[in-house]
Amino acid sequence: MKRPAGSRWSWAFLIDIAVFLFVCAAIFGVYAIGRSWLGPVHPHVEISQNPRVLPLYALYSLFRISVAYALSLVFALAYGYVAASSRRAEIIMVPLLDILQSIPVLSFLPGVMLAMVAIFPHSQFGVELGSILLIFTGQVWNIAFSFYSSLKTVPRELHEAAVIFRFSRWQRFAELDLPFSTIGLVWNSMMSVAGGWFFLMACEMFVLGNRDFRLPGLGSFLQTAASHGNTRAILWGVAAMIAVIVLLDQLVWRPIIVWADKFKFEQIESSGTAQTTLLNLIGRASIVIRLYRLIFRPFFSWLSRIFTVGARRAAETFSAPKENRLRRWIGYLLAAGVLAGLGFAVFHAARELSELHREDYSELLESAALTFLRVNTALILGALWTVPVGVAIGSNPRLARIAQPLVQMAASVPATALFPIILLFLLRLRGGLEIAAMLLMLLGTQWYILFNVIAGAMAIPTDLKEAAQIYRFRSWDRWRHLILPGIFPYLVTGMVTASGGAWNASIVAEYFHFQGRIVSTAGLGSTISSASDSGRFDVLLASTLIMATVVVLINRLLWRRLYRLASSRFKLEA
Amino acid sequence: MSTANIAPAPIIEARKLEKSYPQPDGSRIQVISATDLAIYPGQIIALLGASGCGKSTLLRMLTGLSPASAGAVYWHGHPVRDESPNVSIVFQSFALFPWLTVLENVEAPLEARGMPPIERHKRALRIIDAVGLDGFETAYPKELSGGMKQRVGVARALVVEPEVLFMDEPFSALDVLTAETLRGELLELWLDHKIPTRAIFIVTHNIEEAVVLADRIIVLGRNPAHIHADFAVEIPHPRDRKAPNFIELVDSIYRVLTQPDHKHEAAPPRTYAPGVVVRQKAIMLPHTRPGGMAGLLEILGDQSGRANLHRLADELSLEVDALLPTVDTAVLLGMLRVDQGDAVITPEGQAFAQADIQARKAIFRKAALANVPLLRQMEQSLKAKSDRTLNDEFFRDLLDEHFGEDESRRQLETAIQWGRYAELFDYDAATGKLTLTEA
Repeated sequence: MKRPAGSRWSWAFLIDIAVFLFVCAAIFGVYAIGRSWLGPVHPHVEISQNPRVLPLYALYSLFRISVAYALSLVFALAYGYVAASSRRAEIIMVPLLDILQSIPVLSFLPGVMLAMVAIFPHSQFGVELGSILLIFTGQVWNIAFSFYSSLKTVPRELHEAAVIFRFSRWQRFAELDLPFSTIGLVWNSMMSVAGGWFFLMACEMFVLGNRDFRLPGLGSFLQTAASHGNTRAILWGVAAMIAVIVLLDQLVWRPIIVWADKFKFEQIESSGTAQTTLLNLIGRASIVIRLYRLIFRPFFSWLSRIFTVGARRAAETFSAPKENRLRRWIGYLLAAGVLAGLGFAVFHAARELSELHREDYSELLESAALTFLRVNTALILGALWTVPVGVAIGSNPRLARIAQPLVQMAASVPATALFPIILLFLLRLRGGLEIAAMLLMLLGTQWYILFNVIAGAMAIPTDLKEAAQIYRFRSWDRWRHLILPGIFPYLVTGMVTASGGAWNASIVAEYFHFQGRIVSTAGLGSTISSASDSGRFDVLLASTLIMATVVVLINRLLWRRLYRLASSRFKLEA
Repeated sequence: MSTANIAPAPIIEARKLEKSYPQPDGSRIQVISATDLAIYPGQIIALLGASGCGKSTLLRMLTGLSPASAGAVYWHGHPVRDESPNVSIVFQSFALFPWLTVLENVEAPLEARGMPPIERHKRALRIIDAVGLDGFETAYPKELSGGMKQRVGVARALVVEPEVLFMDEPFSALDVLTAETLRGELLELWLDHKIPTRAIFIVTHNIEEAVVLADRIIVLGRNPAHIHADFAVEIPHPRDRKAPNFIELVDSIYRVLTQPDHKHEAAPPRTYAPGVVVRQKAIMLPHTRPGGMAGLLEILGDQSGRANLHRLADELSLEVDALLPTVDTAVLLGMLRVDQGDAVITPEGQAFAQADIQARKAIFRKAALANVPLLRQMEQSLKAKSDRTLNDEFFRDLLDEHFGEDESRRQLETAIQWGRYAELFDYDAATGKLTLTEA
């Protein structure tokens, strides 16, 4: 705490300047975004390939992702809260999450875009909102699920304390439910935003039937550069994206992780779940923490005070028991409305699907099989290299200190941004796209496995390692009896996430606009992408349904079983 | 309030209070049988019983946290459902909010009652001072030791000035010395009238703790829970654990706890509504391992076959909670007899204690088959199958008719433990298959 007075003053001065610049930039940003959004529709915006536009484009993209994330968070909190507090809603809402999570972003595209453009036909706002909603569909589900499962695991006695001390509904949310869920929310938010960057190219520039949508941003910049084969622009774009992501990591996520540490629930700490260990992996020291303590913490506590007082008053009037009947009726009405809507949708979907020929279906199943092979090859390759490397890093603290930041860095680069560069090299080879597609899936998902393996290797108790040493286990025996069983639960956790991610990534991995043409390889992902491009809604619907079914089936039949096995047989009891 | 001197009105009164849980097949499992209980002002009441006997459930029903299946709880004569009783709970696990500081934790209940910030700050500081947490106001719970954490729990409970303070095994998560300190501090607050609380209701499984603190001790019997005995404690404070009347009371509570109450078990099954039948009780296995019983019998064998249970618990530094299930097991298997608070070894028990490992297994096997219907039933079912194999689900379904879901799982676990030890059958946990051991 003791620092020479001079340095403290200059530090404060620097902060002042930084804050001032930040405010200037924010004002300009709002102005620029407003001008572009409220302007008329530009059906064919020219996406520049000049690196000079990159700061502005980065701002646009960042803004889109932030708004989408904010929407996701609000929606996820509401969804999780309702699912956790109503048993009847839970029955439908939780499996629904599973299914929605398995639907790739592009499948939402036509519906979302057409609706938005129809609602705002005369301003760019509709297109922008459509793009944001697309990013939203890729971010929201895992956050909602994380919040739901946190709410379900709030310890009983804490809950009882809230009841016996007469917490209002808001106070219970703000002082118990939300803090208890914070760590899970932070971790899932980071994953979601990373997913947003991954699919940014698909969300900012796409063709829908005969309409061509382009929004200025980093994703469209890269996409345009790739389809023109402009290597220099690609490199600039990738550099800009990496810079934004690294800055975001330093300025936003790290301080948030440090702040979230106080929400660690003591009893959970000892059980050492993969999530918290993973958070531990991520370094914490950062200059920005101080900034946070200076500015944000007072602001947050002020905000929560304001909210608590205001919302409690609202909640007191709201939670009167006599309104229960009214609420029940509203519930019935809502359920009836949802059911009617569902029936209508299912009827129309069935009609669309019945118009497809049998050959169409056999082709769809064939492409599903191809994508299945691709996804699982990528997964196996990923596991093959990450397990030995992860174990090496995890069981050697000195190596971990060097390797972890590097791995962090590598993982934060969205693989889609690198994809054009990869294609440049691989397309010259025979079967190059095949390799490239798997490589993209691999690049997009291997990190989940690697992080979890590192966490698992770190969690193997020292006395077990010592036992293996004292009984002179040979290398293979050590792997068979100690390391593989030890990392198994973590490996499964990583593979589950990776598997879902790889299926979703197939839409960008199997179909790509490059050097003025479309490069594609047969598969379910490319079917979805091309159907969306050409406006074949029946094919899009059928392929989306197949993908959702396959992913949910794999989850139920394979991963969930492995998960149960992991948590019963291979759990290291403390 | 002139009548108060003659017969004070109870603050909380339970009339014919019951708890039962519906089963999937429409029957109900009874956890607490019709219970009358009143909490009068000016008393510390201790509710004593073995773990899992329904003490905590009863506490939660009295506070209004958990709804009653039948009967009702009255708060100053009005049903608790219509009123918000002014009560607090101190929890066994402390139940502090880890993301709030000590001060914020203590202020939270006041905030919930809409007290303005300055006033609640003052009141929280005063109570934090009273429980000896001065200087820890800005600490987070994880920085505190167990004893300090429970002091925060007590401060949070007292800050709303509850009329009745409920404590759910408040000291059982603490080490012996810390627990003793906190008991003393609680008594000091209570006896010197430093807190406006009019009654304290404490749930515990520690007999001495009950005798140190309480003016009245209610002993709860098991399966389903019912009031087994009700002691008035008339020893003046401070109470000396070595004093003869103290030891005498502890002994007599021990006697009551170890004595099976025939009167209750003979009660006919109740009928709720037409068609909903409460099932006949099955013998409930105490959740112990054969190894523990062997140890107890060996020690008894060394002590000429008879020992006072209270002394024995003291010697082994076991709490009654830990000792009683083992005693119950030995009694169930006919190796031990409980007589006036003394454990007396039977000839079978003596033989078991002196035998070697293989002979022990044979004796255990004979005793288990003779005395435990469930194990007998399991053996017969397995014998009836041509491949001598059955899935554990089969037995779980049988048990589900008598116990709740959790309890039937634990019952089966215990039965499998015993059956394996007796070499009646083998069990493969991965497949859930039980296979008869061929002699």
